Amino acid sequence: MNTINRHAEQVTATIVGNKRIGQYHQILLNIGEVVAKCRPGNFVAISVGGANSGLILRRAFAISRVSHRSDKGDGTMELIIAPYGSGSKWLCGQIEGSSLDLVVPLGTAFGIPTEPAQALLIGGGYGSAPLFGLAEVLKSRGCRVDMILGASTASKIYAPIEGKRSVNSLKIYTEDGSTGILGKVTDPIGALIRDGLVDVIYSCGPMGMLAAISKISNDADIVHQCAVEESMACGIGVCMTCVLPVENGEGEVAMLRSCIDGPVMDGARVRWDEVGRLAK
Amino acid sequence: MVDFDYSTTLGPAWFPTPLFTASGCASSGKELSQFFSLSDIGAVVTKSIMLRARPGRPTPRMAETPSGMLNSIGLQGPGIDAFLSYDIPWLVQQNARVIVSIAGENVDEYSVLARKLRSVQGISAVEVNISCPNVENRGLVFACDPNASRAVVDGVRRTLGGDLPIIVKLSADVTDIVEIAKGVIEAGADALSLINTVLGMMINADTMRPHLAGKTGGLSGPAIRPVAVRAIYQVHQAFPKIPILGMGGVRCGRDAFELVLAGSSGVSVGTATFANPKAVLNVQNELREILVQKGFASLKEAVGFAHRAE
Repeated sequence: MNTINRHAEQVTATIVGNKRIGQYHQILLNIGEVVAKCRPGNFVAISVGGANSGLILRRAFAISRVSHRSDKGDGTMELIIAPYGSGSKWLCGQIEGSSLDLVVPLGTAFGIPTEPAQALLIGGGYGSAPLFGLAEVLKSRGCRVDMILGASTASKIYAPIEGKRSVNSLKIYTEDGSTGILGKVTDPIGALIRDGLVDVIYSCGPMGMLAAISKISNDADIVHQCAVEESMACGIGVCMTCVLPVENGEGEVAMLRSCIDGPVMDGARVRWDEVGRLAK
Repeated sequence: MVDFDYSTTLGPAWFPTPLFTASGCASSGKELSQFFSLSDIGAVVTKSIMLRARPGRPTPRMAETPSGMLNSIGLQGPGIDAFLSYDIPWLVQQNARVIVSIAGENVDEYSVLARKLRSVQGISAVEVNISCPNVENRGLVFACDPNASRAVVDGVRRTLGGDLPIIVKLSADVTDIVEIAKGVIEAGADALSLINTVLGMMINADTMRPHLAGKTGGLSGPAIRPVAVRAIYQVHQAFPKIPILGMGGVRCGRDAFELVLAGSSGVSVGTATFANPKAVLNVQNELREILVQKGFASLKEAVGFAHRAE
């Protein structure tokens, strides 16, 4: 019957792991059976601050990976969180055994090719987190998976050792050259496309990076599925705050919700130049 | 089971429970129907609909504030015709009771919207959102102008005749809310919605500019609850026979109880739904429990109970 939020449930989850990795926290949650409905690209909305908190809105995080069975229990979900704002700092301060109120899974998922393809996965900062879960799925479907990760500096790169097993190649770029290659993730894309190594691009990271990748993929006519990031109040489609200008294929631009019509969107359809500007 | 009458009326419209969604916080219900059955609550109050489709404002459209949030959406919506073709039939199919919120850019637009609603089946009431800029009067918000707000309600009343109850949503951002209320009641309002968001602003310390693309925004959430309680109390005191649909920062049964004591016959839950998709249903259960526990035989007994003589 429902077409919106049709897999979403409000659940109480237990934190079964919380460790610091570079500038980020890896948080493992036991979420139970709803894990079966989570797909790469989906996100979770979490209440923060406790019952009497003045932080009244949920925080949205991309699901990094899920595991149906692990030594931490059945149905675990991994999140990679940067303790930047008051909500994410609170979350990173929660200890194992604490309970969290979640709504999960939300939003669109990355589309998986029906036949084996050469996939290029591009992540900026901790935007790489959901790409490792995606890489596992693509690999299991016989795809070749090349990954490019970038950040301003080494400590902002998230690239877990176990994640590297699910990719065929991994290149790292930093803007200060503190690790990997000095430069930006967008530098090598053109050459990879010209060499015929890219059938589809998946990306997750800052909006500026997604816009830059879209320009390259549009020129080369390569499909680009990007997970967008726009601040949202509800995550379930009722508040209308997380909208982006997206073209419908017939030249018309509509303000679509990144929580319902995203976070995974067709990069070619997003009107990147008009984000944050008045729609005509 | 305790014999308790939880039903309420807003003018001639009857509802089995006094808990409603708040306009602009539930879209047209589809998104929430995954979390609870829409027919279980008093009614769905739809997002304010305008004559034509509107893209709304650019982002950023929201900012979290202490115990609240600012929003500046700009009434993004599909326009009344698409709304009546798709959203209303869907809500009716869910057996939800529906209150349609309308918003216009000038006095006539409200009447045109009312005309389109007059013969639609399945609508319990019309909520007239007058917290919009009047393009014919230098963008002054109708709700802040006694003459304009009266003119809007007068037009809607004439168009609707006696067919549909009219609930007029007022703003607390006025010098004397009782005066505004008086005007719209005289023009034919059956009930009042109190309160709309409170105008606010936030400046981003990084960019050193207003945070919202629309610069100012509507403040909602627990931060404004005392403002709502005050407005409801004042208006109920002045017009005890006019039913009030109260709203403003309600997130639990105790909050809703406070609004009922101040004079609300119904309570809308808005921003709390962003944090908790089931908030309306939870508040509905909690308020009922509190009323029973306090010894009220019905909701109606508790409405305005804070006004009783010493």
